Amino acid sequence: MTERRIPGGQIDRSRTLRFTFDGLPYTGHPGDTLASALLANGVQLMGRSFKYHRPRGPISAGSEEPNAIVELRSGARREPNTRATVAELFDGLVATSQNRWPSLKFDAMAINDRLSPFFAAGFYYKTFMWPASFWEKIYEPIIRRAAGLGSLSTEADPDDYDKGFLHCDLLIIGAGPAGLSAALTAGRAGARVILADEDFRMGGRLNAETHQVAQGAGADWATLTVAELRTMPNVRLMTRTTVLGAMDHGIYAAVERVSDHFSVPVAGKPRQILWRIYATRAILAAGAIERPIAFENNDRPGIMLAGALRAYANRWGVAVGTRVAVFTNNDDGLRTATDLMAAGVTVAAIIDTRVGGRIVPGTRHIKGAEVIDTTGRLGLSGVTIRHADGKVESLSVNALGVSGGWNPNLNLSSHHRGRPVWNDDIAAFVPPLDGVAGLTAVGAAAGAMSTHAALATGAAQAVQALSALGMNAPAPDLPLAEDAPVEITPHWYVHSGKGRAWIDQQNDVTVKDIKLAHQENFVSVEHLKRYTTLGMATDQGKTSNVLGLAVMAELTGKTIPQTGTTIYRPPYTPVAMGALAGRSRGAEFKPTRHTPSHVWAAEQGAVFVEVGMWLRTQWLPRPGETTWRQSVDREVSQTRRSVGICDVTTLGKIDIQGTDAGAFLDRVYANTFSSLAVGKVRYGLMLREDGIVMDDGTTARMGTNEYVMTTTTANAVPVFRHLEYCRQVLWPDMDVQLISTTEAWAQFSVAGPNARKLLQKLVDQDIANEAFPYMACGAITVCGGLRARLFRISFSGELAYEIAVPTRYGDAMIRALVEAGREFDAVVYGTEALGVMRVEKGHVAGNELNGQSTALNMGLGKMVSKKKDAIGMVLSQRDGLTRDDGLRIVGVRPVDPTHSLTAGAHFLRPGAEAVAENDDGWLTSVVFSPNLGHAIALGYLKNGTARLGERLRAVNLLAKTEVEVEIVSPHFIDPEGDRLRA
Amino acid sequence: MPEHSLKPLCPLGHAAPETVTVGPVTVTEVVTTALASVATRRGREDDVARAAAGAGIPLPLPGAAQDGAPYGAFWLGPDQWMVEAPFDSHEDIAAILRPVFGDAASITEQTDAWVRLDVTGPDLPALFERLCNFDLRRHGPGSATRTMMEHLGCYMVVRATDTVSVIGPRSSAHSLHHALITAANSAF
Repeated sequence: MTERRIPGGQIDRSRTLRFTFDGLPYTGHPGDTLASALLANGVQLMGRSFKYHRPRGPISAGSEEPNAIVELRSGARREPNTRATVAELFDGLVATSQNRWPSLKFDAMAINDRLSPFFAAGFYYKTFMWPASFWEKIYEPIIRRAAGLGSLSTEADPDDYDKGFLHCDLLIIGAGPAGLSAALTAGRAGARVILADEDFRMGGRLNAETHQVAQGAGADWATLTVAELRTMPNVRLMTRTTVLGAMDHGIYAAVERVSDHFSVPVAGKPRQILWRIYATRAILAAGAIERPIAFENNDRPGIMLAGALRAYANRWGVAVGTRVAVFTNNDDGLRTATDLMAAGVTVAAIIDTRVGGRIVPGTRHIKGAEVIDTTGRLGLSGVTIRHADGKVESLSVNALGVSGGWNPNLNLSSHHRGRPVWNDDIAAFVPPLDGVAGLTAVGAAAGAMSTHAALATGAAQAVQALSALGMNAPAPDLPLAEDAPVEITPHWYVHSGKGRAWIDQQNDVTVKDIKLAHQENFVSVEHLKRYTTLGMATDQGKTSNVLGLAVMAELTGKTIPQTGTTIYRPPYTPVAMGALAGRSRGAEFKPTRHTPSHVWAAEQGAVFVEVGMWLRTQWLPRPGETTWRQSVDREVSQTRRSVGICDVTTLGKIDIQGTDAGAFLDRVYANTFSSLAVGKVRYGLMLREDGIVMDDGTTARMGTNEYVMTTTTANAVPVFRHLEYCRQVLWPDMDVQLISTTEAWAQFSVAGPNARKLLQKLVDQDIANEAFPYMACGAITVCGGLRARLFRISFSGELAYEIAVPTRYGDAMIRALVEAGREFDAVVYGTEALGVMRVEKGHVAGNELNGQSTALNMGLGKMVSKKKDAIGMVLSQRDGLTRDDGLRIVGVRPVDPTHSLTAGAHFLRPGAEAVAENDDGWLTSVVFSPNLGHAIALGYLKNGTARLGERLRAVNLLAKTEVEVEIVSPHFIDPEGDRLRA
Repeated sequence: MPEHSLKPLCPLGHAAPETVTVGPVTVTEVVTTALASVATRRGREDDVARAAAGAGIPLPLPGAAQDGAPYGAFWLGPDQWMVEAPFDSHEDIAAILRPVFGDAASITEQTDAWVRLDVTGPDLPALFERLCNFDLRRHGPGSATRTMMEHLGCYMVVRATDTVSVIGPRSSAHSLHHALITAANSAF
């Protein structure tokens, strides 16, 4: 292991951080990334390639990294596919290489590299064609095991993730010279600014270059500028924050890595926050990404982008190699040589593809030359150079910086499908003119490549953005900075030899693959991408797309803009699923709703069931009961014998008032409500526009212009939304006011022969049958004066009431009801008993209100009034929905009462084959009736009303059950309704 | 109010309201406010304005709230407000307001439909930016809005720079409270 630290850089050498890579201990310093620390320790080999398992080291010093992909941490916190080049070093970091076996240095899967002729582009498509059935079970699993990235821990992520919302006048994406200049301009003008940068240190390339700004080090200017911005309350500085995407209407998604630089987040603090940023204007100051030149064996560890090579030296004090060469087609590449020489690193040669131009002193600057091959197994040991005159020379080096020019980092600007525009001056694409509305690129992201241009465009666009918001920002005095022009002669790949020249290092796409795609006529950019997988890896081809395109352009004899370009999609860099989930996971996946009797029910040991977000009492076990059926049978029997109490608060309640309230209800309900007397309740059926039943429930007329509608629990919100739509959009002229009161009132059903006796003990008014008959309603008081509401309605078929008190008294009310019911042996029942009793009575519920059934299907056809128009009335009369032999609700019982029934079983005639053509309908709801002593069911049966007494088979092919059943009336209990009216 | 034998329970499920402090933030369950919605009937805007002025009931503009004694209010929708009053004196608030507005407005008791959690602390925007998209930094005292927090539709009323009332669905009081406490732990 060789120590490769050199003086300088922005690391804190006073502190040492310990970490491991593949089990070996290393040290680094605060300010290091995992990659810089490993390089400082002489470790260049950090991963194996996706397909060929080639040894790879980092080629970049940023988020564009395709190669140095590692797993961080261990156990449940293990995170695959992280880029070592942006992983901030912390004490105790555990990093592991991936996609290799048994070890990084000896990877048996590297046999793939020897077999590479078989793995060219399109290999899978051509090879694994037959037999087709083998793909899913055999081929794909094998391929996935052989080629791939990291593996998941398969444990739950122990950390928390937040989601949040931010607002600003101006969002600035990237805190390099352009972004800092924009932020300073806008911040000084008083605008609300968010400056976000994915790095943990602001300054961008100023930290990686030796440029002077304002006659001092560029990095120092960045530090001073950040310090000034920090004093501005209107500016929010967000480091470690990646803006992932430009969404609609000025909304940007960003992930802030709050705790990724700690081994474990501080208690209560999130690991990351997914921010939704509402920005009136935005500036893209994301800089530029260098691109390589493709040549044979250009993927050995130690071969890097030239800008990265000097970034490691300038920012992190790391000499990647002791003897270095630079291969470039542009002047920026020369900076790597001068910077490294200034840092004391031996620069063996500059291999410059251009013939003309200036000569860098102090090294061999070879003009018109190319690197045609490299040597070294796990790291670079030498390069082969072809001089302008064709002479070939070998050079011993252990690092090579390559520069093929810089691509503006325009990723976000094409998130709304804008196509980047080719700019010959810099030989690169610049952001589209029809990009994201409100987003302007500045600095290198806009193709303005010098430091001066970055500072100037940043400031100018900030002034312009604020001016569009009516804010006046004075143009600042720009600090003095270099303003070198871009001097580049495009040179994409080296024409030489038969070996492989890598373009997309993460997906192992070579020049040969592009040639093959061309040969097989996959020349469109979109075909090229999918045929070769160019740019489809986790790095989205940040270093490879333009290069691949250029090779294809050359092959087709077209220009690059003629060849086209692919655009980018969010996210800019990969996002942890946890950040997308936020707090919505596990028990907190969604909020829960508690009924007013929840505290009491929990004290009783109730079993709760989720009904939407509600937790309802499903049944209340008593000591000695070992099965749920014992509890439910008891609750049903006790209710029918004496009296039962049930919390029915979850049913939707909508307060409907206004002089047109009655007329409004006539239009939304299939039946009539304007004629309902004050103090009366009516069952109502609500249809969708297409004539199918939407919901049912009762509506009570509490006053001349005042109704209270109840809905099913499931449809409380949809019905309210529907009514608001009707009120606001369909009939805005009607005088109707709506508000939900579902949660305002605790409502309890009291049902059974002794219901009245029980209630009368609590209700202050007379509720005798004459005073308060079936379907009466009214405002009452209970327990000595508390305002309450009473409705005489029944779902169970018993003499029943629903009593409502303000919710805060709901707990006291259930206790009062239980206490008052003690002398009657009253029982509190849950949703299971409720279901049993409604099936016994033949009332429809969710299983029958299935979104495909009409009133006629439910035996409620007469409720659809033809005397008036109402939503759904016309379409409910369509021929197909009104045919005589259509589905009708029926009751079902097993011929042998010891047999059980299965919901979902289909009706078949005796002897009929179990195929769809013979299907006569199905069982919708099945319960065991303790009153009848056998299973009963409701079902939809073709021409059902005419088939009472018929014997059929109830066949369930999934559960493999078949039971002989008899079709009976759906009203198993009290068909005449005497109990209701008692 | 008439005497009766029933004891109320607070939305968080206890006899007394809860107060929890997390760092600089305190979350207090408030059960001393009665609520009623007042919705203007069609064409009765002037009558409602007159009646409200006579009774000292504020009818704030969209996005606004107004405190007062005994009545405060915040805007709910076009021609619709939530009126607040002390619970002790106005428990049956709908019955009290109905004579004020006559048939010019529809009045509905809303007191127990909601849980009110008052959040106090010096830097509330840092807390609420983790919960909802209401821009508290730009909306000072007197602002009110409807927003979503952890899937729950809530009203937010800015009482003072350091006090915000979150008025959310009562049945989900636990979930809302948990979300506030979690966000406070995360933010501070």
